Amino acid sequence: MSVTIDWGALGMVFFVSFGSAVGVIVLFAVGVSALAERNCAPSQASQKVTGPRWARPVATLCFLGCALVVVYGLYLIIK
Amino acid sequence: MDVIVLVVIITALAFDFTNGFHDTANAMATSIATGALKPKVAVALSGVLNLIGAFLSVAVAETISSGLLEDTKITPVVIFGGLIGAIVWNLVTWLLGLPSSSSHALFGGLIGATWVAAGADAVHFGTVVSKILVPAVLAPIVAGVVALAGTYLAYRITSRAHRATVGAGFKTGQVVSASLVSLAHGTNDAQKTMGVITLTLVTAGALAPGSAPPFWVIVAAGLAIAGGTYTGGWRIIRTLGKRITEIETPQGFAAETSSTAVILVSSQLGFPLSTTQVCSGAIFGAGAGRQLAQVRWSLAGQMGIAWVLTLPAAAIVGALAGWVAETGTVGTVVVAVVGLAIAGAIYALSRGEPVDAHNVNEVPVAAPQAAAVSNA
Repeated sequence: MSVTIDWGALGMVFFVSFGSAVGVIVLFAVGVSALAERNCAPSQASQKVTGPRWARPVATLCFLGCALVVVYGLYLIIK
Repeated sequence: MDVIVLVVIITALAFDFTNGFHDTANAMATSIATGALKPKVAVALSGVLNLIGAFLSVAVAETISSGLLEDTKITPVVIFGGLIGAIVWNLVTWLLGLPSSSSHALFGGLIGATWVAAGADAVHFGTVVSKILVPAVLAPIVAGVVALAGTYLAYRITSRAHRATVGAGFKTGQVVSASLVSLAHGTNDAQKTMGVITLTLVTAGALAPGSAPPFWVIVAAGLAIAGGTYTGGWRIIRTLGKRITEIETPQGFAAETSSTAVILVSSQLGFPLSTTQVCSGAIFGAGAGRQLAQVRWSLAGQMGIAWVLTLPAAAIVGALAGWVAETGTVGTVVVAVVGLAIAGAIYALSRGEPVDAHNVNEVPVAAPQAAAVSNA
């Protein structure tokens, strides 16, 4: 009985999936936080709160990054 | 065409159906649990994506057994016995609400049937260890660690943000991440049944060796797995979505994203891992990654036992079924009738305590409700 386990491939699986999944989750979390900055409790202030100026571009960039990864994932599934 | 070939095709489609409803939970359990998708919408979406997935990929498995068995020893009767073993095990674990790998059940059934038909020499035990047992241990650990880190970071990053916006944002993200899991599942699992049917047709001389699956095989396999998915294995959905831990949307998103990444990366790098084991591990990881979340680790023990038993249990049923079916047409009919009776009995048992779209998110009293210490 010969048991061969490709530990190298397994290590690659771990590091690549760790990097890509955690990367997407962090990007998404930053994007959502930026969105939340823009929406933060208008009732707290008398003036209209629109959040810091950086919020919208940061959120857009983050979600764009996630969308790119999703498209690449789709490409991997379909090809 | 021999009767046995027809019987194998029908049985293969039945297996495909159980494969579908057994695995709906992998993609959709956390989305249903967090309310990102309504139960019926979730299973419909998953069913459609599984159907699309069946048409997307044309890489049908070249061998039925992926090197676990001596392929020359595999006859339609062996395949029939193997399929019966896999179906019975899938139904038993569904009744218990335990996720387990449909491919491992199929391999188990085939191993049992081959062992009886051609002796132990036709089974490559070394390959069984390196392709089934070791990955079964590693898959949930890899996915769990990834999901744990992702969940922890998601909560750290959003800890000071407006909670309702964060919840809603991740809810939207969950729809996309769950859809990707479903699509990846459709491209992988529908292929398996197509491969089984195509190779059976080749064995019977109805197709030339090396043929691509005929169009009707693709359509039939796609519809069977999509139909099974839409039926929704609600018992398993409840286990993964509600019984392991109380899942919030960031956790659901982290679990599904981790599952997609591990499934895609592992199949790309030639170390394919079981979808079921990856998704279950990711949910445990997502549970452990949120502070104050209670994770019922005792369930991990139950699932572990089910995973260890999957192969031998399906092998025993497969061996019995193959042994009886080997005796001729009468034997085959007997196996088919007994198989139907077992399926009917399991279905009848399930009606005693039905789980469906309406009560899928209610945890039974027997399993103590987690102290939902939500920081929402």
